[in-house]
Amino acid sequence: MADTKFDVIIIGGGPGGYVTAIRAAQLGFKTCVVEEKHMGGICLNWGCIPTKALLRTAEIYHYMQHAKDYGLSAEKVGYDLKAVVERSRGVSKRLSGGVEHLMKKNKVTVVDGRGKLNGPGKVDVSKDGKAVGTYTADHVIVATGARPRALPGIEPDKKLIWTYFEAMVPETAPKSLLVIGSGAIGIEFASFYQTMGVDVTVVEVMKQIMPVEDEEISKFARKQLEKNGLKIMTETKVTGVKKGSNNVTCTIEDAKGKTQEITVDRVISAVGVQGNIEDIGLETTKVKTDKGCIVADEFSRTAEKGIYAIGDVAGPPMLAHKAEHEGVICIEKIAGVEGVHPMDKGKIPGCTYCHPQVASVGLTEAKAKEKGYDVNVGRFQFLGNGKAIALGEDQGLVKTIFDKKTGQLLGAHMVGAEVTELIQGFVVAMNLETTEEELMHTVFPHPTLSEMMHESVLDAYGRVIHM
Amino acid sequence: MPTKVLMPALSPTMTEGKLAKWLVKEGDTIESGDVMAEIETDKATMEVEAVDEGTLGKILVEEGTDGVAVNTVIALLLGDDEDESALKDADTSSAAPPPAAAADGDAKEEAPKEEKKAEPAQDSPPAAAEKSSNIDASKHDGTEAGPAPKTESGERIFASPLARRIAKMEGIDLTQVSGSGPHGRIVQRDIKKAISEGTGKAAGKPAASGAPATSDQAAAVPPAGIDEGMLGLLPEYESVPNSGMRKTIAKRLTAAARDIPHFNVTADIEIDALLKLRKQLNDREGADYKISVNDFVIKAVALALKRQPDCNAAYTDDAILKFKRADISMAVAVEGGLITPIIKDAGSKGLAKISEEAKELAGKARDGKLQPQEYQGGTFSISNLGMFGVKSFNSIINSPQGGILSVGAGEERAVVKDGAVSIATIMTVTLAVDHRCIDGATAAAFVKELKGILEDPLQLML
Repeated sequence: MADTKFDVIIIGGGPGGYVTAIRAAQLGFKTCVVEEKHMGGICLNWGCIPTKALLRTAEIYHYMQHAKDYGLSAEKVGYDLKAVVERSRGVSKRLSGGVEHLMKKNKVTVVDGRGKLNGPGKVDVSKDGKAVGTYTADHVIVATGARPRALPGIEPDKKLIWTYFEAMVPETAPKSLLVIGSGAIGIEFASFYQTMGVDVTVVEVMKQIMPVEDEEISKFARKQLEKNGLKIMTETKVTGVKKGSNNVTCTIEDAKGKTQEITVDRVISAVGVQGNIEDIGLETTKVKTDKGCIVADEFSRTAEKGIYAIGDVAGPPMLAHKAEHEGVICIEKIAGVEGVHPMDKGKIPGCTYCHPQVASVGLTEAKAKEKGYDVNVGRFQFLGNGKAIALGEDQGLVKTIFDKKTGQLLGAHMVGAEVTELIQGFVVAMNLETTEEELMHTVFPHPTLSEMMHESVLDAYGRVIHM
Repeated sequence: MPTKVLMPALSPTMTEGKLAKWLVKEGDTIESGDVMAEIETDKATMEVEAVDEGTLGKILVEEGTDGVAVNTVIALLLGDDEDESALKDADTSSAAPPPAAAADGDAKEEAPKEEKKAEPAQDSPPAAAEKSSNIDASKHDGTEAGPAPKTESGERIFASPLARRIAKMEGIDLTQVSGSGPHGRIVQRDIKKAISEGTGKAAGKPAASGAPATSDQAAAVPPAGIDEGMLGLLPEYESVPNSGMRKTIAKRLTAAARDIPHFNVTADIEIDALLKLRKQLNDREGADYKISVNDFVIKAVALALKRQPDCNAAYTDDAILKFKRADISMAVAVEGGLITPIIKDAGSKGLAKISEEAKELAGKARDGKLQPQEYQGGTFSISNLGMFGVKSFNSIINSPQGGILSVGAGEERAVVKDGAVSIATIMTVTLAVDHRCIDGATAAAFVKELKGILEDPLQLML
């Protein structure tokens, strides 16, 4: 029988789980990860990564359709959906294999099966209903992640009503599509399918698309998406669906109570995710849950000594990079590493890879005002940036929000080409606690899109150069 | 313009020093790296190396001058194309205010000015006027955040730009704030904590900074001396001016004796087994070390501190600092005073290594060659006067440390064992501790641990 006694067991091999496992191993813990399906979790296999592969295809396809704008000719531009999906799956497979290699390299034991707590310090593992074994550890970290939430009456059936699982691997492209929900997942799939030529309608119950983003950025993105051909309905909800043999008729109700029916080939339900707290043995412990998530403190400790929860299952924001960081802090705290501080959840960036991209960190303008800050707001449009114009991407906006009193960078919000890669500059600045002064004194390379970050800061203090 | 040669700060705590000796004379050609002068600081004598090249034009501070403030211009160097005429109108004012005493006054002078400057930004009307007033704000803010702040002794304080700015706005003295960021960097949360706890106000009394640095400035020395009338009644004497070291000893030990509630715990330790072990070790074939009883004591104290970590502590107004490592300061008598070089992390070092380091540090101490980091920052002290044959004695705590062990001579004494008198080699040790952070039972437990280790010294081999 293989070794069953560990220092640390992590239930779930997603980005939170496997990164925590590597850090645990680095800290000298004898570490085990229990994973039911595939290392890398949703992020790597059914989320962040394969969607980026699909969206890259969409991006190139978009450029090919606009080849003329760049003096190029491209005829009979088309695509092979099967090959597009295959590429996306290949990317996931390669990375999942990479994670398995990392586990080996760091001498982390990976147990194939479903982990279930059996009281503190004990994890029963089963595979396809058959018991694999019982494993023990002083510290058990629950990193079971989340799954798609379903609206009552609009439950995904995998055939006509999809979740991201089915939307990721379509056999044929639907002619028309209705996406319920305009968060990152909904808007990315909407953008992908729309670019690939599908007639896409997005229905959002809130006032704006991408409801967590800054209102101005959301509006800007909406205008661009609509220009691309996406239909967007906000303050609108789907109140019922009628399934046909190969289509769905949705009843849609707007804010005034007016209803209409839309018939589409497929529906994607993207109304958020919920924590995987069921059937993992929480009832055998003192662990508490609230709103579908495990209750944990700033160092991820639950109500049961020796049991911790990180990532999506420990509550929002449900982002891979939050899970990773949370896990590292959790295990470092367990190891007694000096200088470990709780994560500042106000400084976690968010990225959405629709076309145009959206990226942000910190407070929105509305939130900053709500919190009582007197703010200086800077804006810079892509129109004024040489690199953006050269790229043929002159539509976008960089917005920065400063506390007028202290010069603290409270938030940064961007929409436009490559902003998901740019945002990190502001994230570093915020974490190093720079003020507007250091940002103004920083030399940004020319010609780059990043110059707009500089200009936006300058604009917040009335010193913008190129606008 | 002639190049100024400044009085250097040779240790973080140095505010002034004695220009003991010039090793060059006017007219000498100086190359970068040449030793120009010897300076006696509060701790040791050090050499001043030339940074710039040229011809020594003029010596402005004669050798033997006491109390030369750091950054005072002590000489002028002439460049290749300069002659003596350049000396006449040379500016001999100090390059920067001396960081110690004068810094206080400067800060006070500057503060109100800056508050005034900041006003237009704060009063700025909203809406239409927003942009233009913002320009002012950025300009003022830009100059105000200024360079990285420094401690009184000139060490840079690491603080985030935002922390620096908020501290300035709220009147928080960064030297009074302990940083919780990477490498002790002061970040926003530390300033917020200081504000909410009401600590670290620039004008307020100095709170504990957390760092167990040397706290020479912690207490002023009450005027000491003998009144004039009494002097005449005394027999003939020679007046020996106080050296920098003597002044530091006087200042620190007066403060420690006055401010620290000391108490002592004494124990007799049988060291026959230790002496036997020591002989065995030193007699080993090819031994390139000679371990002393004191080396055993250093190692044993470090081990005992590890087992009784409550004794490895320092008191501050806000918290008791419990050290995670035992850095043992050993008192070494030197010409004109004493100094306490440190065996860092003695618990993790073997006896041979401790012996070698102790020898090297003692040698450097006697030669006045110790570097500041070699004698600043220990967590516990040992003073051994056993070689003078004393039976026992008490020491004054080496602030900010929590304890000091006084070690007497090992001597044969008659002891009563199992109802019969026998002879054993006994060494008496006396622990003095700071009662603010170490209580009687804790001190006794430590001494018991130490006694146990020294009487069963094989433990030290583990």
